[in-house]
Amino acid sequence: MLNQKLKLNTKIFNHDVEKISTRQGFGEGLLQLGVENENVVVLSADLAESTKANLFAEKFPDRYIEVGVAEQNLASVASGIASMGRIPFITSYGIFNPGRNWEQIRTTICYNDQPVKIIGSHAGLSVGQDGGSHQMLEDIALTRSIPNIVVISPCDSYEAEKATMACAETKDPTYIRLARNNTPIITTVDTPFEIGKAQLVFIPETGLAQVGIIATGPILYNAIMAAHELEKRGIKVKVLNLSTIKPLDTDAVIALAREARAIVTAEDHQIAGGMGSAVAECLSQNYIVPIEFVGVNDKFGQSGTPKELEKHYEIDIQSIISKVEKVIKRKIAK
Amino acid sequence: METLSDRKVKELKIKAKNIRISIVEMLTEAGSGHTAGALGMADIFALLYFHTLKHDPKNPLMPSRDRLILSNGHICPVLYATMAEAGYFPKEELLTLRKFDSRLQGHPDRNFMPWLETSSGPLGSGLSQAVGMAISEKIYGGIKNIYAVLSDGEHDEGNTWEAIMLAGKEKLANLIVIVDRNYIQISGNTERVMPLGDLKQKYKNFGWNVFEVNGHDFWEVNNAIYLAHRNKFSPSVIIANTIPSRGVKEWENDYHWHGKAPTKEEAEKAIEELKTGH
Repeated sequence: MLNQKLKLNTKIFNHDVEKISTRQGFGEGLLQLGVENENVVVLSADLAESTKANLFAEKFPDRYIEVGVAEQNLASVASGIASMGRIPFITSYGIFNPGRNWEQIRTTICYNDQPVKIIGSHAGLSVGQDGGSHQMLEDIALTRSIPNIVVISPCDSYEAEKATMACAETKDPTYIRLARNNTPIITTVDTPFEIGKAQLVFIPETGLAQVGIIATGPILYNAIMAAHELEKRGIKVKVLNLSTIKPLDTDAVIALAREARAIVTAEDHQIAGGMGSAVAECLSQNYIVPIEFVGVNDKFGQSGTPKELEKHYEIDIQSIISKVEKVIKRKIAK
Repeated sequence: METLSDRKVKELKIKAKNIRISIVEMLTEAGSGHTAGALGMADIFALLYFHTLKHDPKNPLMPSRDRLILSNGHICPVLYATMAEAGYFPKEELLTLRKFDSRLQGHPDRNFMPWLETSSGPLGSGLSQAVGMAISEKIYGGIKNIYAVLSDGEHDEGNTWEAIMLAGKEKLANLIVIVDRNYIQISGNTERVMPLGDLKQKYKNFGWNVFEVNGHDFWEVNNAIYLAHRNKFSPSVIIANTIPSRGVKEWENDYHWHGKAPTKEEAEKAIEELKTGH
């Protein structure tokens, strides 16, 4: 059942569950920041409408810089702005930011430890029709390997809004991974949010969990739906929303592994180097349990609807259920 | 920025000579590093640190200081030697260049020396950072001067041109760039490796205020900086024609000195020449 201590969206299991994109939540958060924090500066690389940075741009044109289609400059200009005591947000598609400008992010932002907030929208297969060249599936791996950076992948629009507001309060270089499409609202305005804290969004009605699912980003919805279905079949599941991938909430991850003794991770990203890898790095050193990974398995994407792509690349609800069944078998075999 | 007196120029020449001697000594002790660009920029660094820049070696993080970004971080021996000459740290420390736990890392590193404006080395992103600083000053009504030193070779990087375009678009009049036009890069002559052609015209086309000077003539460089400050409508670039390895005749204009350090014997000869020459 939903963990209602977190005041989650009670209509999540309805067919007509409300859907808003995480990029929209970011845009709203940025607009609020514009009012509250005069040090916030926003930079765009010709994609302000797509990333929703336009909401800020219209209201605060003096603190908005359009750099053109030039993501390497976007990152290193922001480093310079941050070094003067400001909080720059750099906005583009994830494939270009942090894809195209990785070295500038690594050296001019993270090595210099400047509080630049890196916004990569249109991440994951869920971009859909744009096709494989635009489906950023490697950004978690790219960013979480850099020292000093914080990596956040919000599950819904509200969480994206809260993450945007929260990261402006820290001195850390931060990457926020956003998606293009409207996705189900999982949390509410009242759900607590803290950078670095994972939350159990789904828990068994009674007793201990037989399996723990750890998910990040809007695919958390699939994990909850899978858990809901498994609950009907009598399988007790806990679902952990791991929205901050770095620093990893090791306490929450280890506690879940101790209880469930079997873990499935789910993300709209390559399995290699992604959130599941971060979880495996943690558990292999602290508490060894069988782990199954739901993610893209060493392939590029292609055009299609998000639904078709989720199914084809095996990150849909059914794929999560299959991996849960598999990990339970491995657990028993052990 | 006031006019240079004859006496001031004499003083700057002595500073530049000391800086060059330090560069040769520290590179020789390190056994690796970049010699030609560092020696070639000694005159300009002497002018910047002993005449142009608003800075305070006793209070390196003074908020109102001018900002100097060294984009071509590999010529950092000239930066370190100049800072030591100005009193930022003892000159003996120069001999720790490129050694474990030294503040003088192989490329400038703020993690080890926090009063550097940026860590640099990977070419092509320094101008962007200077542009960001200038933009911040423009948005928030600051009056600090932002200087950036670039190599000619790093104009091969697309990132450099992205920054040039943006500075022109934003009309960043508080930004002054000095390009070390020495016509060498690590594997040869710039015009052979990747022809840059008429850099002056290229900057002009992007809306910059352009000067071309002899980078070893203190009056010429100072005058260009003075005029650049008078322009309130566009960023300025000073293309400084320099002689790589300036001061050691045998090494001058030889691109092989871009990325290597002298041997002890070579260094002894060079220091003798620097002490007596020019």
